[in-house]
Amino acid sequence: MYNLVSYITLLPLLGFLINGLFGKKLHSERLSGLIGSGVIGASFTIAAMMFLEMLRTPVEDRSHVITVFNWMSAGSLSINVAYQVDQLSILMTLIVTGVGFLIHVYSIGYMHGDPAFWRFFAYLNLFIFMMLNLVLANNFLLMFLGWEGVGLCSYLLIGFWHDKKFDTGGYKTGSATTSDAAKKAFVVNRIGDFGFLIAMFLIFNLFGSLTFEDVFSRASALVTAGDKTIFWITLLLFVGATGKSAQIPLFVWLPDAMAGPTPVSALIHAATMVTAGVYMVARCSILYALAPATMEIVAIIGVATALFAATMGLVQNDIKKVLAYSTISQLGYMFLGLGVGGFASGIFHVMTHAFFKALLFLGAGAVIHAMHEEQDIQNMGGLKSKMPTTYKTFLVAALAIAGIPPLSGFFSKDEILFRAFTQGSVVFWLIGWVTAGLTAFYMFRLVSLTFEGEERWGHDKHPHEAPRVMTVPLIVLAVLSIVGGLVGIPVSLGGGNAIEHWLEPVFERAQTHLSTATEISSSLEYILMAASVIAGIAGIYLARLLYLKRTEVATKLSTSFKGIYRLLWNKYYVDEVYDVTVVTPTVKISDKLLWKGVDVNVIDGMVNVTAKLTAGASGWLRRIQGGVAQGYALAFVVGVIVILGILILR
Amino acid sequence: MSGIPLNYFVFLSAILFTIGVVGVLTRRNAIIVFMCIELMLNSVNLSLVAFSAFHGNTRGQILVFFVMAVAAAEAAVGLAIIIALFRNKQTVNIDEINIMKW
Amino acid sequence: MDFLGSELLAIAPVLSVTILSLLVLVVESLVTDSEKISYWVSVFGLLICGAISISTLDLTGNVFNHMVNVGGYGSLFATLFTTAALLTVVLSRDYLRKEHVSFGEFYLLILFSTVGMMLMAAAADLIIIFLGLELMSICLYVLAGFMRKRSISNEAALKYFLLGAFATGFLLFGIALLYGAAGTTNISYIVENYGKLAASPLFWVGLGLLMVGFAFKVGGVPFHMWIPDVYQGSPTTVSGFMATGAKAAAFSAFILVFAHQEFESGEKVHTALAFIAAASMIVGNIVAISQSNVKRMLAYSSIAHAGYMLAGLAAGNQLGRTGILFYLVTYTFMNIGAFGVLSVLEREEEKNLTFDDYAGLGTKRPFLAALMSIFMLSLAGIPPFAGFFGKYYVFVAAINAHLTWLVIVGVLTSVISVYYYLRLVMMMYFQESELQFTQPSSVSSLAVLTIAALAVVEIGVFPSSILSLINNLY
Repeated sequence: MYNLVSYITLLPLLGFLINGLFGKKLHSERLSGLIGSGVIGASFTIAAMMFLEMLRTPVEDRSHVITVFNWMSAGSLSINVAYQVDQLSILMTLIVTGVGFLIHVYSIGYMHGDPAFWRFFAYLNLFIFMMLNLVLANNFLLMFLGWEGVGLCSYLLIGFWHDKKFDTGGYKTGSATTSDAAKKAFVVNRIGDFGFLIAMFLIFNLFGSLTFEDVFSRASALVTAGDKTIFWITLLLFVGATGKSAQIPLFVWLPDAMAGPTPVSALIHAATMVTAGVYMVARCSILYALAPATMEIVAIIGVATALFAATMGLVQNDIKKVLAYSTISQLGYMFLGLGVGGFASGIFHVMTHAFFKALLFLGAGAVIHAMHEEQDIQNMGGLKSKMPTTYKTFLVAALAIAGIPPLSGFFSKDEILFRAFTQGSVVFWLIGWVTAGLTAFYMFRLVSLTFEGEERWGHDKHPHEAPRVMTVPLIVLAVLSIVGGLVGIPVSLGGGNAIEHWLEPVFERAQTHLSTATEISSSLEYILMAASVIAGIAGIYLARLLYLKRTEVATKLSTSFKGIYRLLWNKYYVDEVYDVTVVTPTVKISDKLLWKGVDVNVIDGMVNVTAKLTAGASGWLRRIQGGVAQGYALAFVVGVIVILGILILR
Repeated sequence: MSGIPLNYFVFLSAILFTIGVVGVLTRRNAIIVFMCIELMLNSVNLSLVAFSAFHGNTRGQILVFFVMAVAAAEAAVGLAIIIALFRNKQTVNIDEINIMKW
Repeated sequence: MDFLGSELLAIAPVLSVTILSLLVLVVESLVTDSEKISYWVSVFGLLICGAISISTLDLTGNVFNHMVNVGGYGSLFATLFTTAALLTVVLSRDYLRKEHVSFGEFYLLILFSTVGMMLMAAAADLIIIFLGLELMSICLYVLAGFMRKRSISNEAALKYFLLGAFATGFLLFGIALLYGAAGTTNISYIVENYGKLAASPLFWVGLGLLMVGFAFKVGGVPFHMWIPDVYQGSPTTVSGFMATGAKAAAFSAFILVFAHQEFESGEKVHTALAFIAAASMIVGNIVAISQSNVKRMLAYSSIAHAGYMLAGLAAGNQLGRTGILFYLVTYTFMNIGAFGVLSVLEREEEKNLTFDDYAGLGTKRPFLAALMSIFMLSLAGIPPFAGFFGKYYVFVAAINAHLTWLVIVGVLTSVISVYYYLRLVMMMYFQESELQFTQPSSVSSLAVLTIAALAVVEIGVFPSSILSLINNLY
């Protein structure tokens, strides 16, 4: 059964080859789309069968290594192309192929009429192939192959509509095209890859192998906790993760990456690729457990990113930008979970986030489609009646991300916050809690401005519901967003926290090095849960209050809201107070300081300065090449003197 | 070799070699530069012959013959290149030959 | 006679290419309008010579009184050189016709320089290295100036010639001093008596000058200055040949002299090599960024790649040696491919060579653009293409040799390098222009480029195929 694992990866590659080589000649969108999504569906089926098989087998027999072929061997270095099928990788595979399949199907509708339809599916299939290699690899090198590969596909897909202009939000106004965004994504990712590569060399030097099993089983014996080398290894790996998963300080590429087609944003920049960093850290959990200092850094970076990105999300008017900042923020949550030692909770949030964030992006795509490429939510509104299915599914996703029980986001986010409180510190929890409120706020600001209130779009637009091929994936994802959390119902609520037990063997080694949480009274758990629900509801309430208020009272709202509205209208000063004390400062701070200041000026500035310095050095260095042969001979003689100096004097 | 120590030969050839190098670095005319390179090669030949005599084997002398043959081939090709260049640019001054730079 | 016969048989690879060269020489002098015949004789001859080289891979030992090594290492390189020569010859025919310089002598010179390269890789004695190097270089001087009506080609030839002869002087002086210190020019004798010889300053100066001479040929900083100008001015296919064949030949000699167990304690040598390696990676990659001419960019990139390979040499261990050989094989395919695409697209008077000229190639010539993207991504070291593993190997070797600083420089500069390789890919796919690429490209050129691209992918996915060959050598 498990030998079939190579087909899981090969099928998408096959799809890529067919669409890539013959796609243009096929002249058929239907066929291209069918092949493109068919292979992913088949991969998903195999993965699901494997998962069922795994469910049947006892815990000890669930981890398998399937060697496909010997990749290379030279001296002490021997590496196979081999896949590790275990509880963690099968879960990731299911997410990648499952959500990937739905997004492929959706793309058939979304990309309809595009002249390079076949190319789009070829790239998407290649992406899935690379992503599967990333999550299934049994060694760091194969993982790195996938790691680089997904970066490359992301680059190709962001720049898919290469001549399209996009709004960078302040800098380089008017001149930026999607290809600039693509390049930015790739270059920033390479900075992260630099960390990954160096870490890989250090791992090889320390452990003498790059295979996960070898490295992880030797880790406890070879490394004492808090060792300097392991600190650097884990930190450098985490640098790689910050690049891929858009964390501080390398998050700048993700908002720009929204320039790509929306299914790409859903698949790559929300559901799968950006979670690769989380997966990698979880996979290396034992190494991180041995480096408590890095764990602390991971948690701090995670929680800081969660808060920063959420505040930035408050002021965005581009529907996809809001979602992009939201993704960064949610990824921060995942790293917070990992950093405090709740590896399973991080992976759990990866899963639920994949469902509801993919759903949000696909819903946004349907809206953008209906509004003829309009992305500014200020020019939307009232789409609820025009696009009922999209609205309902979008609402489900928004409620899930806002952490309203019993939707999936509630359980996973709550698990992370609970871990942060018990295994981390109160500060982590508090920041996470505030972020939860902000998340609910900006999501419902988005919902209100897009779907509710008055129609603010011109008469030339005729929004309509998306075709079936697009709405069916939305509905499936909506169902998953609702029930997805049920696998992780905490014990205190009468659930079994199935996902944590499922992943337990994978993180077993790491847990032995971590301080096990002391027994927590379930009353504390209830209090924390209640607190996060309150934060979520408060955020939603506030958002609706502020952004639906603008609509005239005459606008027909459902009667239940009417009462509340009247009430608020009369008590205007409450609004004022909110505005002055909470909203205006927050908006101002996030707009002026955090977004414009930190993001655009400092971090972009840093990237730009580095680029300028390199370009400057380049311009200066090339001047040495003066064109006259004697100058070259002079450099030669100087070199001779240096070499002889090294050889004789040292 | 009677009377004259090996060091003398080595120093003489090193001095000749350095004169050649300095010539390459300072002269403008391509042909003179080329002659300076020939001077470098000949200084090497001198040291090779001296070492050969010192070690009492013929390897060095054999290499000298090869060096002379190679130098002759190099001269043939080099002069041809300089002539082709002169036809195009009407100059053989090295510092005027700098279309390609940076 | 019997004895001589077996010795001649043992050096069959070198001999076969020599005979082929002489055959083409005869054709040249007897037949008028010989270009066509020379081309076909060269193509088929090189195929046979390549087969002969492969068949001698398993031989060992040395012949002609310890002057020439047989089989193994030399044959592997012989195969590489004949492959590079074959690809260059096929690509050159169209290019030369386009530039109106299609003369049969071109193939003759390529073949003779191949003989020189093969001698270098098979050398057991410094004299042979010197002869091989000169045979190769003198032919390349002429090839660099092959478009003799063009002042840019003249300039390339003159610069190459003057600086090459200058460097030869240093190399030769190094050989003379080593001979003075050791009393012989036999490489294995010198290496085995390293411990004894190390006391003599003569030996160190000699070794240093030899290193300088090789570093010049491979294009290590600061001996690299000729490379950009010569590659830019030479006929494009010749630049490709120089960047692959000539560089590989220089490395083959470099490894023969400098990569030995005995040197592993000799830290001085490795410090010097690491210095050249680091300087090459930094200068090559950084200056490549500001180039607007693709050919010149590739020249700087070849300096950077020399730096990566030198890092493997500086590591001075088994893995490093394997790494360089692997790197050279992959580098040959991707670089000949890259220069090949350039030569197909180039038009008379050096048109179509700047980055801007490549705008929109992705839609106008999708196949060529795809091939070029493979070469660029491989050069940038992005897996799964072959270029990644070459870099990977030399870096692992350097880490094992505790040259962590060198690896950090290497990885950092390769991150920088992605910028300019990707710039070309971006130009091809993400930009539009009115420029037309109307001229058709011949089937043979496209076939050769496809083979090179397939090799890059194949070696990347199954590096074992090449690695097992290399591992058998040691």
